[in-house]
Amino acid sequence: MVKRHFDYEEKYQNLQGKFEELRELSEAMQFDLNDEFKLMEEKIKDIRDNKYHNLTPWEKILLSRHPERPAVKDYIEFLFNDWIELHGDRSYGEDSAIIGGIADFQGIAVSVLGHQKGKGTNQNLKNNFGMPHPEGYRKVERLLHQAEKFKRPVITLVDTPGAYPGVGAEERGQAWAIAKVLMTLSRIQVPVIAVVTGEGGSGGALALSVSDRLLMLSNSVFSVASAEACASILWKDAGRAEEMASFLKITAQDLQQMGIADEIIEEPLGGAHKDFKTTAADVQTSISRNLDELLSIDRNQLLEQRFLKLRNLGQFLDE
Amino acid sequence: MLKSTFGRQKLIPIPGSRESLEDQGRDPGQAKCPSCARRVTESELIENHKVCPECHYHFPMTAWERIGLIADPGSFQEFDSGLKSINVLEFPEYDERLTAVAERTGLGEALVTGKCKIGGCWTVLGVIDSRFMMGSMGSVVGEKVCRAAERASEYKYPLIICAASGGARMQEGMLSLMQMAKTAAVLDRFHQQGLLYITLLTNPTTGGVSASFASLADIILAEPGALIGFAGPRVIKQTISEVLPADFQKAEFLLKHGMLDRIVDRLELKDTLERLLRLHLGGKNG
Repeated sequence: MVKRHFDYEEKYQNLQGKFEELRELSEAMQFDLNDEFKLMEEKIKDIRDNKYHNLTPWEKILLSRHPERPAVKDYIEFLFNDWIELHGDRSYGEDSAIIGGIADFQGIAVSVLGHQKGKGTNQNLKNNFGMPHPEGYRKVERLLHQAEKFKRPVITLVDTPGAYPGVGAEERGQAWAIAKVLMTLSRIQVPVIAVVTGEGGSGGALALSVSDRLLMLSNSVFSVASAEACASILWKDAGRAEEMASFLKITAQDLQQMGIADEIIEEPLGGAHKDFKTTAADVQTSISRNLDELLSIDRNQLLEQRFLKLRNLGQFLDE
Repeated sequence: MLKSTFGRQKLIPIPGSRESLEDQGRDPGQAKCPSCARRVTESELIENHKVCPECHYHFPMTAWERIGLIADPGSFQEFDSGLKSINVLEFPEYDERLTAVAERTGLGEALVTGKCKIGGCWTVLGVIDSRFMMGSMGSVVGEKVCRAAERASEYKYPLIICAASGGARMQEGMLSLMQMAKTAAVLDRFHQQGLLYITLLTNPTTGGVSASFASLADIILAEPGALIGFAGPRVIKQTISEVLPADFQKAEFLLKHGMLDRIVDRLELKDTLERLLRLHLGGKNG
């Protein structure tokens, strides 16, 4: 059975509870074990610290999907002032799996685009678990052109299992919508900063990730397709997702080494949800620094740098 | 004719490999049309460009067969045949699979690119061979698409790519996915030159290929009955647990929904491409 939740913290809390029980019991029985307890407490903390510094790729996947993990909307509320959401693709509909709008970021007007998973079952159903339809990508396309017209930098927040695989999505050209956004982002004449806050799933996530700077939270992941899908397709066994995750190089750290992620934003011990304010403040600092750098670059140079970054992706033999 | 044009051309039994047919104890010289069940001989199929003479079912075509169909005889000159995939992620069995498929198909990678004349017009042509790991796009396929577009820009030639792909090559992880963005960026520059880009979507064109260079053309053609889409039908079935419409994700379905310019029967493909090229070039190129 494939694990669906990150259960380490649960086990740790259990252990902590049992430990407290034992301490109370020994006090009641007037056993003096204080020195031993102190040692044990330190050891438990060490083991937990150590664990969080050495999460496996699969554990990071689970953590990136943690139900309490801050959502894109949480970051939007923290990072920006005067947030005004804008809706619709002007052609078919409104897709709330993607949220878009304009806002003030430290005195600069920016366009903001992100995936929207939603908290709880109802919101998640409404937002289709953050899995966009073509309308979502066409809204992105529209708002990118708008950003370019008003010379607003673009900030994207990435957190999706992937584009929605459904009949309507195919009828309305999911592939076409995604391809077009990839092309627009590659040439848009304003700075683009992408932040992967949670799950970067396949082409549906890539469509919001083509950027001048790709920042990743330290427990976020980005994958060619979900580990489950890769295991199911290549090994005909979705149950081997954990093993697959160990090969795919999906963690922020791996992707930085491969030259795909530009920067990692460290999360607090236990993950972003353990201390949202600190996490979000660190995201803000990082966006701010990168935006300053990008705004100081001449526009043609910015576009050339972005193009070369994309053009040089790939490793092969040239005999 | 095909054989004389390409020395290394082999007769490819269908569907699947000659070996697989022999393994099943079937005569590799014959195949059954999956659509009308007619028995067709290998030579009959080769002569008819792998189209069933009875019902016009389009059998899969190898890259070299497709090039033989489209290019003016003897005009094709291959680019970048030395580009080879490497196992960057040290993915289990990837090296072995690459070696085996290269041996079986005689191909260096899933995409063959080069320049050729089509009805006298010089064109840069790329063709994906679905026998090579489902025509999936890793670093090499992405790079070859980009180099083809850049050469076409340099020579001021139109660009034609025939796609057939299951999508991104999972064994190369995120580097594969990033090829989508890379090809989109390079094709944007190609378009800015005012040059013509045509794609032909053949069975199947899905995933990372359909959502990047395959759908970014000025004119998008498809072969009859080709499966085209973003998500594969199996994934969709699992997600929505509903019965899918009969023609779902077929070229005809895509045409009806406005995603394609035309469906072109293979026997009219060369003629259609020649006319399109003439209309864009006035027949003066080359």
